Amino acid sequence: MTQTSPAPVSAHDEHVGEHLLEVRDLVMHFPIRGSGFLRRVVGQVQAVSGVSLDLDAGETLGVVGESGCGKSTTGRAILQLHTPTAGSVRWEGKELTELPKQEMQAVRRDLQIVFQDPYASLNPKMPVNDIIAEPLKVHGRYKDGGPARVKELLQLVGLNPEHGNRYPHEFSGGQRQRIGIARALALQPKALILDEPVSALDVSVQAGIINLLEDLQDEFGLAYVFIAHDLSVVRHISDRVAVMYLGKVVETGERDEIYRRPSHPYTQALLSAAPSANPEIEAKRERIILEGDVPSPADPPSGCRFRTRCWKAEEICATEEPELVDRGQGHPVACHFAEELLEVINPDDVTP
Amino acid sequence: MSTNTEGPPVTRDHEPTQVADDGMEVIARTQGQMVLRRFLRHRAAMLGLGTLLFIVVLAYTSIGYGPFGGWWDKSFLRTGTVLDGGRPTLFTEGFALGEHPFGQDNVGKDYFALVMRGTQQSLVVAFIIGIVTTLLGTLIGAAAGFFRGRTEAVLMRITDAMISVPTLIFAAIVAAVFGRTGIVFLGIALGVVTWTGLARLVRGEFMALREKEFVEAARAIGTSNWRIITKHILPNTVGVIIVTATLAIAAGILLETALSFLGLGIQPPDVSLGSLITEYQTAMVSRPWLFWWPGIFIVAIALSVNFIGDGLRDAFDPRQNRVRD
Amino acid sequence: MSMSDPAHPEDATTTPPLDAVDGRTSDELLRVEDLTVSFPTDDGLVQAVRGVSYSVREREVLGIVGESGSGKSVSSMALMGLLPKSARVTGSVYFRGRDVLQLREKHQRALRGSRIAMIFQDPMTALNPVYSIGDQLAEAVLSHHTMPRKKALDRAAEMLDMVGIPQARERLRNYPHEFSGGMRQRVMIAMAVINNPDIIIADEPTTALDVTVQAQILETLIEVKDAVNAAIIMITHDLGVIAGIADRTLVMYAGKPVEVAETGPMFANPRMPYTAGLMGSIPSLEDSTNERLRPIKGTPPSLISLPIGCAFEPRCPLSTAECLETEPPLTETDKPDHVAACHHWQKLAAVDDPTAYFRTESEVGR
Repeated sequence: MTQTSPAPVSAHDEHVGEHLLEVRDLVMHFPIRGSGFLRRVVGQVQAVSGVSLDLDAGETLGVVGESGCGKSTTGRAILQLHTPTAGSVRWEGKELTELPKQEMQAVRRDLQIVFQDPYASLNPKMPVNDIIAEPLKVHGRYKDGGPARVKELLQLVGLNPEHGNRYPHEFSGGQRQRIGIARALALQPKALILDEPVSALDVSVQAGIINLLEDLQDEFGLAYVFIAHDLSVVRHISDRVAVMYLGKVVETGERDEIYRRPSHPYTQALLSAAPSANPEIEAKRERIILEGDVPSPADPPSGCRFRTRCWKAEEICATEEPELVDRGQGHPVACHFAEELLEVINPDDVTP
Repeated sequence: MSTNTEGPPVTRDHEPTQVADDGMEVIARTQGQMVLRRFLRHRAAMLGLGTLLFIVVLAYTSIGYGPFGGWWDKSFLRTGTVLDGGRPTLFTEGFALGEHPFGQDNVGKDYFALVMRGTQQSLVVAFIIGIVTTLLGTLIGAAAGFFRGRTEAVLMRITDAMISVPTLIFAAIVAAVFGRTGIVFLGIALGVVTWTGLARLVRGEFMALREKEFVEAARAIGTSNWRIITKHILPNTVGVIIVTATLAIAAGILLETALSFLGLGIQPPDVSLGSLITEYQTAMVSRPWLFWWPGIFIVAIALSVNFIGDGLRDAFDPRQNRVRD
Repeated sequence: MSMSDPAHPEDATTTPPLDAVDGRTSDELLRVEDLTVSFPTDDGLVQAVRGVSYSVREREVLGIVGESGSGKSVSSMALMGLLPKSARVTGSVYFRGRDVLQLREKHQRALRGSRIAMIFQDPMTALNPVYSIGDQLAEAVLSHHTMPRKKALDRAAEMLDMVGIPQARERLRNYPHEFSGGMRQRVMIAMAVINNPDIIIADEPTTALDVTVQAQILETLIEVKDAVNAAIIMITHDLGVIAGIADRTLVMYAGKPVEVAETGPMFANPRMPYTAGLMGSIPSLEDSTNERLRPIKGTPPSLISLPIGCAFEPRCPLSTAECLETEPPLTETDKPDHVAACHHWQKLAAVDDPTAYFRTESEVGR
């Protein structure tokens, strides 16, 4: 792994244009429509409620959270696949939310996405060669050397170029995910949004894809936004981590900061609930078992959104929303009662 | 192979041939081939296809079509002497067609020639209805399903309005206006009132497909809407469209028959299967064959097209042989 | 919120000698012998399960782990008689000495749901959306016992309370869609244990759930199991879940068990290269050493055209000519209760870190 030391983390960075990608106070609401004749808007699903993230060239930002926390929506909103309700997404200083179509095309070459489901993300009626050639064609780059480039891409992701004329259903899940990666790489992007790229795969296949992603990062200096719910995978691949809960980032920082010294109660619970494939550690672990389920994003709790399941919750949590700032833990935490907890994952790992 | 701790063998990272060859041994058939295979195995569909082909070949080769002559020497327009009360001669003397295999009508026209002509016209109308329905239904359904919002609201309200009026009444009005201008216009006019079912289906398919990740991937690349519709979504709806179009043809045959029966379809001296039934309904008791022959052909065509449609649906949508895990 | 004990149940009782192949020990509850399942398809016969034998003891948690297509789900559905009619099942399943597969339909049904219960991955498919939870739970009781409906409902409320659903009595009137995913899975657990079963087959019970909810459900499952004294067969692809709750683990590959042992020793010292490969594939939750993962190359074989020899041979770094020719049987390795199906288990035993066999070129280059 490259020894890049990313810039100090702060959720609300004043400097603009320093990072490759800057997301500021991103809000993404989806209207809930009534079933009546007029289909009036009766509510809002607050999928993302003010998320700020930074991504530097060549680094991996892990975004973790459970279903419904808005991590995938954030990824899509960055790419303008959903038009954000509010907030700003800056790519190399350019504001994507207001960018004319023509210029957005140029950004799309630099910023691509890999999807979770290798079965749904490839057009079943297109041979693999065409799927990978599609970005080249759309951007007018197919005419000179297109077929050769497609072959090169297939080889790059570890597939046999001779199988390019086959259809997606003839490939296994892992192979399909490689095809999806080849498509994302076709236009030589600078950054990839990886939306749960390995969670639909079997573990043995998963590892191959993770290795491939690491190799590609080393070779092309790619930056990744790695969206996932698997905490082990995120720990393995990320330089920095942002933990999301119900549409908000609750804690963010260097990978080891988050995993060794989690300070938000939710991060602590999440890490302690994550199963470890080590029976000895599992036997010794004290789990924090959260009560209840994640509240509906259509009607999130007032104040701190985690308070309904939090054992530290007091009155202030219901009235005042905690800001995502460093409260002396060395990294930003959105909790009024942020407090490091060292022995969450590995009881033997308590280092001073 | 060494067994010490130091040097276990090493797996190469990228083994293109190796990696891709695994899991490839089983199926190397395209989806089209699989659909065809399942279709060819569908007994009812094969029976339907055989019957339909037989009827088409019979109808067009016997009395010919347009400038092309056929092997049957009698015209559906020429009157003649009524022999033996106009009784059919088919199989009366062994396996021979005889002079008038389907008999004659009251003015001595050869009924075989008439039924063949009626079959031809009915098939033409039905296929035109099928084509027009498919084009309109696909276009409107695709636009509504893809663009959503106002486009969808307007298009689907029109569709709903058309569905709420019984097709037969709509068709009768259209046919009364266009019926006299020839069968091509009649077919087009009828197609214009029968696309609603397909439009709804295509819209549903589009709405489901546009949320699929491969469409999102296309949008992330910056693909234009037109290209997304034609290259990414439409090819995935072909199954539904083909099946529905087939069934629309079957319905078209019956619709034309119904209209002709009401005297609104094909106008004399030309005939269709429906108009033959109307014209000779009074002969039901005295010369029942004048009623039965066109009836048999209508039922045979409609059934075989329906069977083909069922076969296509099963071929495109093989929900049966899935294995869990 | 509660700080609770680790989910792992400490079995205070002395563990009897384990032999997985022929486990005729006194407290044997269920014994599966040479179970095979195949499905005829357009492309040929799919041999989903190719001779599975194992036994489950009273009150133990047996983990069955495998990747998709390994036959782990199909084999347990065969126990429950839940396979489609086209499936061809052979072999025997002895429940307390009686062969379940030979029983008449009626007796099989009596056994299922009362003595042997099942929990599915997706509770929505197992719960009927048009009946209330109370109706469905009561129905589960009444189809095996004769008692007044009132009493059945009491029992239902008691069960809901046991699986941690607050205001159990009021919630009996709710319909499945009124529960969240985690709550529905609790209802499924309540339904599974309502007749005091001896064995619960849990097929990926937490796969569809989030991590924090998964932890709740696994804890509930263990509590409930202890309350009714049942054994559990836990089928999952998640080695973390297995590590947390299984006493013994059976690893399936291409329709066969390839390794059976106590969970701890197996994770520490796998004796089958496939198991070692799985261990090498999982990133560690506990440290950030940035070590390269060690994936298993290739993909599982097609269940229609299996290799003659070991099914894992094409992907195995230890493979030799012997592996191509003969399929290794499950045999004892260095410990009697640790069986594995590999010609070369000694090679794994000889190294400190068996996953090292799966090292990639790039890792060595680093």
